[in-house]
Amino acid sequence: MAFFGFAHGVHPPEEKGLTSGLPIRRMPYPDELILPLRQHAGKPAKLCVKVGDYVERGDPVGQADGYMSVPIHASAAGTVSAIDLWPHPDGSYVQSVHIKVDTYALQAARPRLVPQWEGLTVEQVIKAVQEAGVVGLGGAAFPTHVKLAPPKDYAVHTLIINGAECEPYLTSDHRTMVEFPERVHFGCRVMMHTLGVTKAVIGVEKNKPDAIEALERTKPKDLDITILPLTVKYPQGAEKMLIHAVTGVEVPSGKLPVTVGVVVQNVGSLAAIAEVFDTGLPLIERIVTVTGHGLKRPANLIVPVGTKLKDLLAYCDGVTPNAREVINGGPMMGMSVSNLEAPVLKGTTGIVVLTDEEVRADTVYPCIHCGRCLEACPVFLNPSWLGDLARVKRYQDMADEHLADCMLCGSCSYVCPSNIPLSQLFQASKVALRRIQTAGAA
Amino acid sequence: MTAPNLIVTASPHLKDKDTTPRIMWTVAASLVPVILTSAFFFGISALLVITAATAGALLTERAVGRPNALKDGSAVITGLLLGLSLPPGIALWMAFLGGAFGIGFGKVIWGGLGQNGFNPALIGRAFLQTAFPVAITTWPKPGGNFFALKGDLFAFPFMHPSSDAVTQATPLGLFKFEKQLTPIVDMVLGTTGGSVGETSAVVILLCGAYLAWKGYLNWRSPVSILLTVFVLGFVLHLINPAKAPDALFQLFSGGLMLGAVYMATDMVTVPTTNKGRWVFGIGTGAIVVVIRVYGGLPEGVMYAILIMNAFTPLINRATQPAVFGTRTLKQKEAK
Repeated sequence: MAFFGFAHGVHPPEEKGLTSGLPIRRMPYPDELILPLRQHAGKPAKLCVKVGDYVERGDPVGQADGYMSVPIHASAAGTVSAIDLWPHPDGSYVQSVHIKVDTYALQAARPRLVPQWEGLTVEQVIKAVQEAGVVGLGGAAFPTHVKLAPPKDYAVHTLIINGAECEPYLTSDHRTMVEFPERVHFGCRVMMHTLGVTKAVIGVEKNKPDAIEALERTKPKDLDITILPLTVKYPQGAEKMLIHAVTGVEVPSGKLPVTVGVVVQNVGSLAAIAEVFDTGLPLIERIVTVTGHGLKRPANLIVPVGTKLKDLLAYCDGVTPNAREVINGGPMMGMSVSNLEAPVLKGTTGIVVLTDEEVRADTVYPCIHCGRCLEACPVFLNPSWLGDLARVKRYQDMADEHLADCMLCGSCSYVCPSNIPLSQLFQASKVALRRIQTAGAA
Repeated sequence: MTAPNLIVTASPHLKDKDTTPRIMWTVAASLVPVILTSAFFFGISALLVITAATAGALLTERAVGRPNALKDGSAVITGLLLGLSLPPGIALWMAFLGGAFGIGFGKVIWGGLGQNGFNPALIGRAFLQTAFPVAITTWPKPGGNFFALKGDLFAFPFMHPSSDAVTQATPLGLFKFEKQLTPIVDMVLGTTGGSVGETSAVVILLCGAYLAWKGYLNWRSPVSILLTVFVLGFVLHLINPAKAPDALFQLFSGGLMLGAVYMATDMVTVPTTNKGRWVFGIGTGAIVVVIRVYGGLPEGVMYAILIMNAFTPLINRATQPAVFGTRTLKQKEAK
C-alpha cells in the first residue's frame, strides 16, 4: 500500500508557518493559577486541599476519584486562595482551586514524586502514570493509564502514535517532535513495554519533514519503531483515519481501536509520560501553541496548567484590534472561549486567535445538494441528508443513518457553500438523541 | 490588555471561501461566451430571446419567490439556460412566459432553491413545447445581418405570429424526417439550424471545462452522458445505419452538449453521490438515444434529463457509500 492516508477529507489553509519555526519557550509563572478539578474525560478529581493551605509545586490538589479519573496537581508553589466555581474553557463553571503563586518560592526540582521507571512492573507503571495525572494531550484528555491497560480479550499488536497534527495553526506536537524526539521515543518505550507490544508506528503528516527527520535520527536501535509519512489532509489525525492509514483496516463502526489490535496515543502524551518519569514531577505543565493572525506575537510555550487565558494572551503581547474569536484547541474542532478568565487545561493543545476576516460568514442559504459534504465526510456519511433530518428533529432516523459514527470533525461545515452549520446540527442532535434514549430506557 | 470585542460560535471556525451565490454567479458568468457565440450566429434575436426568458424568470422569482432569493443567482441561470434552449425566432412573450413558468412551477412552488425535483429551465421549456409546439420547432437559419430579426419576435401574445423568416431544420430533424446528414464540422462549429445555444459544441465544452476546473461542475454526469450517447449511438448505427445516425453525429447534434454540460450538472436536481452521477448520466444518455432513434421527436435531451430527475432521490438512496467501519462489520458477520 503506497497510499498512507484515507479517502475524502478537506484541505483547510494550514497557517502553521506562524509558529512552526519557533522554538518552545517557557512562560513565566502568572500571579494566580486556576486548577479546575474536571480537566479530563471521566470522573472529576476529588478536592484534597482547603483555603489557606500552602502547596509545593507538584502537590496534589485533587485526588483521582476511581479508576476513570486522575489527580490534579499544583503547577506552582503557593497558597490556596479560594475554591469556587470558575469559568471553564468549555463554557461551563467548574469547581476550581485558586493558587496564589508564591513569588519567592524557588519552584525548583524536588525529590521524585514519580518513581524511576526502570524495574517497575506493568501494574506499577500504570499506577504511576495515573498518580502522575497523565492524560491524552491531543485534546480529548482521556486518562492515559486506562489506555495502557486495554481489555484482556483483545490482543494488541501495534502501538500507533499520532503525530499527524492535522488541525490548522497548531504546532505544539510538531515542535515536540523536532525538539524532543528522544522524549517521544522514551515515552514510546514505556508504552510498548507496558502494553507488551513489539511494534510501534509514528504517523506524521508529510508537511513536517523536520519532525520526521528528527524522529528518524534519534530512533532507538533496539525497538521496532516505524516513522510513517502521511498525506496532508484534515482529519488525518482522527483516530480511526490514522489507524486506517497505518494498518489499512477500518475500525468497525461503534467499536474501539483495540478491537483491531491497536492502541493510539498522541505524540504529546508520549512526551509527557517521558517527562514525568524523567523529572519525577507529575503532569503540571504542557506545550501550548498560542497563535493566530489576531495575536501580536505567536509562540510555542511551556505553560503551567491553570494559567488564565488572559495572562497567556497578555504574555504574547495581546491581541490585534481586529481579533474576533479566541479558540481553545484548533480552529476545526476547538471551542470558542467565552471568558478569558478560563485557564489552560491539560488538554489544551493550542489557543488560536482568529481575525474578523476568518470568522465564519453567517448567511445561511438553502442546501443545493452540491454533494461537497459527501465528498468531505471521512466516515462516508451523507451530511446533507442528515442536516435535513436534524432540522425537522427526526433524531431516530438520524441514528439509523449512522449519526453515531460522526466524530464532529467539521469537514462538512467547512466545505458547505451554503454555510449550513452541519457539524453544529449533528452535535445538537447527538445530545437530543441521548436524551431521548435515556428517557426511553427509564 | 483591553478586552476585544469577541464572539462565540460553534466549530469549525474556518470556512471554505466558496458560497452558494458565488457558485451560481460563476456558472451564470460562464454562460457569457455561449451567449456571445449564439449572438454571433443568430444576431440580436438570440440576445432578445435570452433576455425575455431571463426577465420572466427573474420577475417571477422576485414576485413569488423567497425574500432575497434573487441574490443567490440561481434564477438567472434558469432564465439564461431556458433562453439558450429556445429557437431564436420564438415570440418574446412566449420566452418570457416560459421563464415565468419555469421558476413559478419548476422551483418556487416546490419551496425555492434546493427543493425542486426537476430542472426549472427544462420545466419551462417542456411547458412551451406542449403549449406552442409549432413555435418551438421553427428553426431560423443562422447567419445574416446582426440586426435582422429571425422571426416575429415582437408578436403580441396569442396573436398568430407571421413567419416569413428563412428557416432551416435542425440536423436531427433533417436526419429523422428527410434522411439527410449534416456534416459534423458544421455542427461542431455551430453553423446549423437549432436553438439559441445548441449550436457551438466547442464553446460549451470549453465553458464546462472551466467550471469543472473551478470545482463548480461535477464532470461525472456530462462525461457519462456523452460516453453513453457515443457508445449506444455507435452500436445502433452498426445495427441499422438507416435509422440511427453515427455516433459522432449523435454527440454533436441537438441540445446534447448544452444539456449534458449545463442541465445534467444542476446540483439541485441530479444525484449527490459520485456513483449516482454516473448512473444518472448513463440513464440520461440512453434515453436521449432511444428517443432520437425510436421516438416520434427528433430530439430527446430535455425529456431524458427530466425523466432522470425523477429518479434522482432513488439513485441517491441506492448509491450511498457504506459508512466507515460498517464494511468490516459486514465481513465479520458473513464469516
